[in-house]
Amino acid sequence: MEALLPLVILLPLLGSALVGLGGFLAPGFRKNESLVGLIATAMVAIPFFIIAAAFFQFDGTPIQISLFSWMQAGDLNISFSYEIDQLSLLMGMIVTGVGSLIHIYSIGYMHGDGGYYKFFGYLNLFIFAMNNLIFGDNFVVMFLGWEGVGLCSYLLIGFWYKDMPKAIAAQKAFIANRIGDFAMIIAMIMVFNLIGSLNFSDLNAAVADGSLGDNAMWISLLIFIAATGKSAQIPLFVWLPDAMAGPTPVSALIHAATMVTSGIYLVARLNPVFSASPEVMTIIVIVAALTAVVAALIAIAQNDIKKVLAYSTVSQLGFMFMALGAGAYTAAIFHVMTHAFFKACLFLGSGSVIHAMEHMHTVEDPQDIRTMGGLRKYMPATSTTFWISTLAISGIIPLAGFFSKDEILTSLFLFDESAFSIYKIVWFVATLTAVLTAVYMTRLTMLTFEGKERFPDTKHPHESPASMTIPLWILAALAVVGGFLGLPYLIGHGEFHLLNHWLEPVITNNPAIEENASFGKEIFLILLSTLLAIGAVFFTRNLYRKHGLAADAKVKKAFGGLFRVMEGKFFLDELYNAILIKPFMSIGNRALSWFDNNIVDGAVNGSGTVVANIGESFRKLQSGLISNYLLIITTGVVAMLGYLIFG
Amino acid sequence: MDLLTPTILSYLTVSLLMFAIGTIGVMTRRNGIVVFMCIELMLNSVNLALVTFSHMWDNPAGSMLVFFVMCVAAAEAVVGLAIVISIFRNKQDIDINHVNIFKW
Repeated sequence: MEALLPLVILLPLLGSALVGLGGFLAPGFRKNESLVGLIATAMVAIPFFIIAAAFFQFDGTPIQISLFSWMQAGDLNISFSYEIDQLSLLMGMIVTGVGSLIHIYSIGYMHGDGGYYKFFGYLNLFIFAMNNLIFGDNFVVMFLGWEGVGLCSYLLIGFWYKDMPKAIAAQKAFIANRIGDFAMIIAMIMVFNLIGSLNFSDLNAAVADGSLGDNAMWISLLIFIAATGKSAQIPLFVWLPDAMAGPTPVSALIHAATMVTSGIYLVARLNPVFSASPEVMTIIVIVAALTAVVAALIAIAQNDIKKVLAYSTVSQLGFMFMALGAGAYTAAIFHVMTHAFFKACLFLGSGSVIHAMEHMHTVEDPQDIRTMGGLRKYMPATSTTFWISTLAISGIIPLAGFFSKDEILTSLFLFDESAFSIYKIVWFVATLTAVLTAVYMTRLTMLTFEGKERFPDTKHPHESPASMTIPLWILAALAVVGGFLGLPYLIGHGEFHLLNHWLEPVITNNPAIEENASFGKEIFLILLSTLLAIGAVFFTRNLYRKHGLAADAKVKKAFGGLFRVMEGKFFLDELYNAILIKPFMSIGNRALSWFDNNIVDGAVNGSGTVVANIGESFRKLQSGLISNYLLIITTGVVAMLGYLIFG
Repeated sequence: MDLLTPTILSYLTVSLLMFAIGTIGVMTRRNGIVVFMCIELMLNSVNLALVTFSHMWDNPAGSMLVFFVMCVAAAEAVVGLAIVISIFRNKQDIDINHVNIFKW
């Protein structure tokens, strides 16, 4: 079994090379869509089965796999080594499992696209990078994956790069991520400087024996800043909504289920460092709460089916970070898992809808929910799975989202005993966000699948092929049952929280949460969130069933002046434009262009001129007269002899 | 001092004179073939010096080296004369100052 584990890393890379380079070099291979799709899918599905087998045979002792030594200089010794433990196995299963389904889905979705082979090449490369990120046992291999997923994200957002806005969206994602990555590099330098090693286990051990002191705070803060880039938190989340320019399977895989959760994974992996720095935990929880509520508010006012889901993703990532900030790492990972199921299902469902709308050729924007409506009649499979996932994300008992979200809310509420504290405010904001989640998701589903048809009825949309609907059904099924892996503490005092037991060896949750728990509080929290979720879903459903699209006007009225801000996405893009991009551009254009023209170009041109002038003066020596050369040679020889004899 | 009996010094003097004549000839003459002959003269002056020293130290290595020099000189003469002929065919002239195309 262990001998097969390196294949988890290598097969996706091999697949990427085969499909990408094969398609690049052999145009005939490019046209063979079924072969391309089969190879690419197999290179993700095989690792999934290997990880699954390792998962079920795992005996509790982490497996170290060292492929080769990468670089060695002085004390620095970095090798391509991977750590297979409870956490990485779980994440690996999610990534390759959801990844396989999305590969299958893409076979149908990308059919007929000119860049078919390129798409699958990038997708496989992404899985390779993601596996490095998850399984790497040191910062450098992790960072290789971290940057690799960023690169693949850039390539895939700009997959249709001939469309200018899409190319710009790709750049935006890359630059926003770069800011976070810079923090990550500083964190790595600090870690190496302090403990002389870049291994996660060494860092966690250094925190445990207290030799890190206050530096733990700085390291965890820097890693959190890095995570705000990759996992789309305030202030760096602006790239994720724009990232929807990529093909929909990419949005599902990279920008919903896997890559954006890598920040959460990293924090969970380094949980001792974060637990040792309560100040940073408070910052995390505040930033996360703000992100969650802001993104949820924006989502209500959006009309693009994918934009709503994108803001929903940002909001749900906020939930995960809130859990991390409360020290409930298991709850965060639990939500990562359930979110991967239902959000991937929602995105793939939206892809199925967009696919159908595109094929009608009658609407201008195939992603605008205002031109949809009544699709349930034509797309039964898509609409049923979409409804299931909507209810799951809204937190309707007993679907997956209910359990993970409830655990997060409970952790926030039980963080301290006082009636009024930062964590209580955050809990309140989170509960409010949960209600907003139910509202915007129900609105989206109602406008898309229910009510009157708002597209011209000259043609009818069609259900997508089986290769697209089967992954939807699987993900929807997971969104139904996934929650049972983590039954609440209430039932048998956490005995049935399978995930918690599984992750116990690698994750130490905040003990205060369990200590503060009491039967009354927990019942109250569960009832509250259940009632709020069901109430919000029913209220929104009835509102939109009665009024259809006109209900938007009522929502607008209810929010009053705030709606303008929500519609404008809190004007964050405009703000960044005004305070960052414009000043940088003007500095670049004025001060730096002078510097570039005079100093940089001056140095470059000057060195050229100097060399040319020296050459000019010396070329006169080349007279072409042999006698002259001979004279010079003889003089030289005489001079040398004179030096040897008399010198 | 018996001027008629050759000594080491007289051999070396001849060698020196030959080398000087050769060097001056190479630098001043413009006829390619004469320049060539002057180079041969220089080579042979060195040969003479080698033989003289070989005799003086009673070491045959110097005399052996002379044969190498003669072989190389022969080969060089072949190549050199071929070049001179080739130049003459192109320019109907073997004045080396007119062969100045390798300049700026």
